[in-house]
Order: sequence, then structure tokens, then C-alpha cells
Amino acid sequence: MQASGMTAPRLPPAKAATGFWSWVRVGFFSSTGSSILTLVMAAILVVTLPPLVRWAFLDSIWQTDDPAICREASGACWAVVAEKHRVMLFGTYPYEQQWRGVLVVALMVALILASTVRRWWTPKLLMAWVAGLAVALALQFGGFLGLEFVQTTMWGGLPLTMFIFVGTIAGGMPFAVLLALGRQSDMPIIQKLSAGYIETIRGIPLVNILFMAALMFPLFMPEGVNFDKLLRAQVGMIMFFAAYTAESVRGGLQAIPRGQYEAADSLGVSYWDRTFKIVLPQALRIVIPPIVNDVIRAFKNTSVLVIIGVLDLLGGTMAALEDPEWTRYYVEAYLFIAILYFVFCFSMSQYSQKLEAELKSGRNY
Amino acid sequence: MRPLLLHAAAIALGLATVAQDAHAATLDTVKQRGTLICGIHGGRAGFSVIDSQGRWTGIDVDTCRAIAAAVLGDASKTQFTKTTAQSRFPVLQTGEVDVLTNNVTKTLLRDTSLGFDFGPVTFYDAQGFLVPRSLNAKSVKDLDGATVCVAPGSTSEKVVADVFRRNDMQYKAVVIDKPQELSQAFFSGRCDVNVQTTSGLASQRAIFAKNPDDFVFLDEIAGKDPMGPVVRHGDDQWTDIVTWVVYAMIEAEETGVSSANVDKMLESDDPGIRRLLGVTPGLGKALGLDEQWAYRVIKQVGNYGEAYERNFGEKSALKLPRGMNNLWTKGGLLYSPPFN
Repeated sequence: MQASGMTAPRLPPAKAATGFWSWVRVGFFSSTGSSILTLVMAAILVVTLPPLVRWAFLDSIWQTDDPAICREASGACWAVVAEKHRVMLFGTYPYEQQWRGVLVVALMVALILASTVRRWWTPKLLMAWVAGLAVALALQFGGFLGLEFVQTTMWGGLPLTMFIFVGTIAGGMPFAVLLALGRQSDMPIIQKLSAGYIETIRGIPLVNILFMAALMFPLFMPEGVNFDKLLRAQVGMIMFFAAYTAESVRGGLQAIPRGQYEAADSLGVSYWDRTFKIVLPQALRIVIPPIVNDVIRAFKNTSVLVIIGVLDLLGGTMAALEDPEWTRYYVEAYLFIAILYFVFCFSMSQYSQKLEAELKSGRNY
Repeated sequence: MRPLLLHAAAIALGLATVAQDAHAATLDTVKQRGTLICGIHGGRAGFSVIDSQGRWTGIDVDTCRAIAAAVLGDASKTQFTKTTAQSRFPVLQTGEVDVLTNNVTKTLLRDTSLGFDFGPVTFYDAQGFLVPRSLNAKSVKDLDGATVCVAPGSTSEKVVADVFRRNDMQYKAVVIDKPQELSQAFFSGRCDVNVQTTSGLASQRAIFAKNPDDFVFLDEIAGKDPMGPVVRHGDDQWTDIVTWVVYAMIEAEETGVSSANVDKMLESDDPGIRRLLGVTPGLGKALGLDEQWAYRVIKQVGNYGEAYERNFGEKSALKLPRGMNNLWTKGGLLYSPPFN
């Protein structure tokens, strides 16, 4: 700069809009409309927030096993969660055995957390999942080492929700990829079958599929042949998840430039090598946001199991609330499980955003 | 042509026999499995609900436990399948449950066209009248000019119209569609009378009333809702067992045998009690069970009165008067045929 011999006048830096007051001015009162909106929202908050806080925190009952005390109180009765949490979280699983359910949930959460670390995405992780799921299922079933055997009809609550959720993803994801590949296939029968399957399942509500699995399917079976109801429901969930996710995956397949397929073909790369080593790694990366969307929906869809009489987290809560002494505190109980569902779903969406940012670096499509 | 037809007939007959066999042995299936599977509603106070420890309770649950006690020797060898109004009949038809104790109202068509058989009634329900105690009404005749909460198109709406017309009285109807809102309206004082099934009213009173004691049932009832265990048609031995397990609970109450005194009653001189408890053998063998079946039912589950008290009585949340569900000797409808 010195060398050029010309010196531009040095200006002070532009006044940065920092500090609390400028944040308020820019964020809340930047225009007349925005100011009015801010005032209206503030008024609504002033009116609604104090009663809410009073109901939820100040006048509420946190711990009692006597519903009469809750009847006297004007605030929330969080004691219903304390009283009924066993049924809400574990359904009709034998009371003394529910520590097994705690272990199952802990194991699943640990596996899911471990899977979020990208460094660990190796075949070992897959083996850890297989082993972990086997241990979880063994714990949940019991029947060895003095552990009481517990039939699937007695399963319930959060462990059941986790099993169905993990099972849906584990079974549905490979199925979805196959369906997406099938729909893109050059072979007419496979193409038609895949497209037909996807369109049929997408045209039927999940409730309907579950009803078929739970009620109609046994009618078609010969006398004495019967599959576990939970297994039938699980298959129904997998079928539903796969149909939707297949379409998400297909979006990724279509985004891969045609030239890459042709380049692979011209080099004599086989179909499976091309698919698994070139196309899918890129395609799946592109479709992370819609797939996470599908996964979150699969988690929430587990609550539909209620309608076929399975006591998942929501079903357990509904069953717990049938106790006439405690029914009236349903708002508190439902808020509690809403928070649980939110924690799971929000963590998933946060993770997907982080993953997306990491994988995007250095790419422009 | 003829031999072919004969063959076809023979095959069809053979298939029919096979199907019959698969159906015919519920008792063997249950014994082999070691657990009794019952279809329950799973969400009706008094009939089948989960307590805070995750255990099933209710009169339907007790019926199931009693059958398990008789057949398997242990009332806890039960497994409950939660069924909905849509799924309860298919699960029985497909054999997923051994007996359906899902407060099913006994009707002719259900008995015949669905292919079921009904055991004895374990709960007589009907449309009842709930009024505030402050109204000082003892009978529907005291209700002239009353405001009545009803749901549109419901059985109760018909019952109300009938009862008031028959007694030549006036009433004002407050029509509310949603059950929840209807209950809230009644218990907050918007109407004087709430008409629904007595069991439903009792549970709503426990749920919604500030002080449940402020509301009382009138003596009258209308309509018929007899509920009892249901089994598949065609398995006569199983039907007999389910039937007589229920009767044993009623007979026990009538003869004063309860879970508390059943061991002492084993030494009773009463020939009826001796036969019931298997001291004088014969009844168990006739049913295809051992002789202690009824003893175990009473010891592990109790007599009918105990089951009622536990689930509907004064100590429960429902506080439902026994009414029709009392012994015939006390003005109710419960009557067990003789145990001999």
C-alpha cells in the first residue's frame, strides 16, 4: 500500500449496530407494523403468562398419592405423573421387572448416540447394533438366568415405542433403498412392481394398514397359525415407512448427474458396484433432510399403535388415565409425554442439521 | 361323476372335521399354553383398568382370573389383550383370545350370527338416573319439569322421552353431543338429571363431581344391558367351564363362602358347600377339571360380592349401589342354579 504512493483517507469503521437497545430497535421496532405487532404480542404474553406460570408452578401439586389434595389445589397436578409414571412409561410390563425396561431404553439411547459420531461409522457400529438389539430383546423377553419370561402382549410404554421405532428404521431403510432403486430400474416388471407398491401403500392411511395387520391378517391364516400381534404391527410400520422413504431416496438418485451413470457404464463398472460405490453414497447424502423428516415421522407414528390396543407411550398414558381418581388431570399427563416426544424429535432434527452442515462442506450440489 | 363327487364330499367332510378339532379344544389349548388369554376393554372403570402398578383390575378381569384359577390352578396365569369395540369380536373368532370379557352386552344376534356363546351375566347394566342430592328426588315421579342432559340420538334420549311420557310429565332437554361436555354440564349444575348407563354414570361421577357424595342414583332404571363372558360357539366343555366358574362365585356369595373363610368352610357340614368346594367329589370331574376348582376360584379371586365390592362398591371410586347386581335373595337378579 505504501509502495503505490497513493493513500486513501482512512475512515473509521461503520458504526456497528450492537448492544441491547439496537437489538431491540432492529428486532422489534423496525417499522410501524412491527412495533404494533410487538406491542400486541407483549400484551398477549402479559395476559396469558402469569396465569400459566401460576397454574404450572406456583399453585401446582408436585408430589402426593392422594388425589383429594389435587382436587383442592387450583393449579396443575403434576403428582399424576409421579403416581402413574410406571404405567405411562412401561404399560403392563410386570412392576418388579421394569428395571429391565430402563436398561433397554438406556441401551437403545446409547446406541443411537454412538451412531451420531461420524468417526464411528464403520462395520463395527453395525455389529454393535446387532449385538445391542439382541441384548435388548433378550432383556425385554427374559426367560433365562432366572429372569421372568414376559410376553409381547405385556410390553408397553417407552421400551415398546423404542423397539418399534428402531425396528421400523432398521427394517424400512434397506427396503426403501431397494424400492427406490427398483422404481428407477430398466427392468419393466421390477419397475412396475416397485412403483405399484409405493403408490398403493402411500394411498392407504397408516391406521388402515395397522388394522389390516392386527385384525384382517389372522382371518386369512389357517386355524392355529398365528403370528405375534406386535410383530404384525411392526411389519405394517416397516411397509409404511419404506414406501414413503423410497420416494425420498429416489429424489437423491435423480439428483446424481446422468454423466456419472454413463461414465461408470463406459468403464464397465457393474450395476451393484455403480450403485453402492458411486450413486448411493452421494444420493443418500443429498436426501438427509427428507429422510430425517421420515424418521421423525416414524417416531411419532408409533403412537398410532394405540388403535390396535398396543400400550405404547401414548397408549400407556391413556390407559393410566382411565383410573377415575386421576382422569381429570389428563392435561398434565399429556403435557409430560408431549415433552418426552419433543425431546426425541427435536434432538433428531438438530442432529440432522449439524450433519447436513458437516457433509455439505466442499460440495456445491 | 359320482365317485368324484363322493371324493369331494369326503374331502370337504374331512376338512370340516379338522376345523372342528382345531376349535374344539380350548381347554387343552389353555392347559398346554399354561396361560389363559382374555380380551378386555382395558379402559372402563370398574370393568378393566390398569392400576398405578400396571396391574389389571375390574370385574371383567376378575372373571378372567377366576377361570384361570379353576382351569390352571393359579389366578395369575392370565394374559390380557386390550381390545376395542371394532377388534373384540374378530380376536375371539380367530382364536387369539380364549374368552372375551369386554363388557359385551348379550343379544340374540351376537349369540347366533357371530358364532358365539354367552356365559352367565356378570354385570347387569341399564340406563340410570343420576341427580344432585339437593334435588331431594327419590323417584322419577319427582322429576316433573326437570332439566335433563342428554346426548342426541342416544339410547338415553329415547329412555327419557319414554319415561316422561309414561308418567305424563314435562321436561326440558339440554342436548349436548360430546360425552365429556355433557358430564361437565351436568356436574356444574346446568341440568338436574343425567341419564346414561349406571356404570358410566358412576365413573363420571367419580371423575367430574367436586364431591361425589352430592349426587345420588334414583331407584328406577330403564333398558337392558346384561354383560358377561363370551366364548366361541361349538366348544361345549369350555362354555360349561366358563359358565360354572361364574355361577360358583355367585353360589359362594349366596352360601356365605368368601376368600376369608373358605378354608374353614372346607369343614362345613352343609352338603351344598361340601359339593361346591369339592369335599364331596363329583362336580369337578363332571366339568373335566379337578375337584378343587371352585375352592381355588373363591380362595384366589373371592365370591361375586367381594369382586363387586372391590370394583364398584363403597370402597371403590365408583360407589355404585348393587341394585340388580345383588343376589336374588336380596332383591337382585343374581341366581345360580344348584351345584349338584
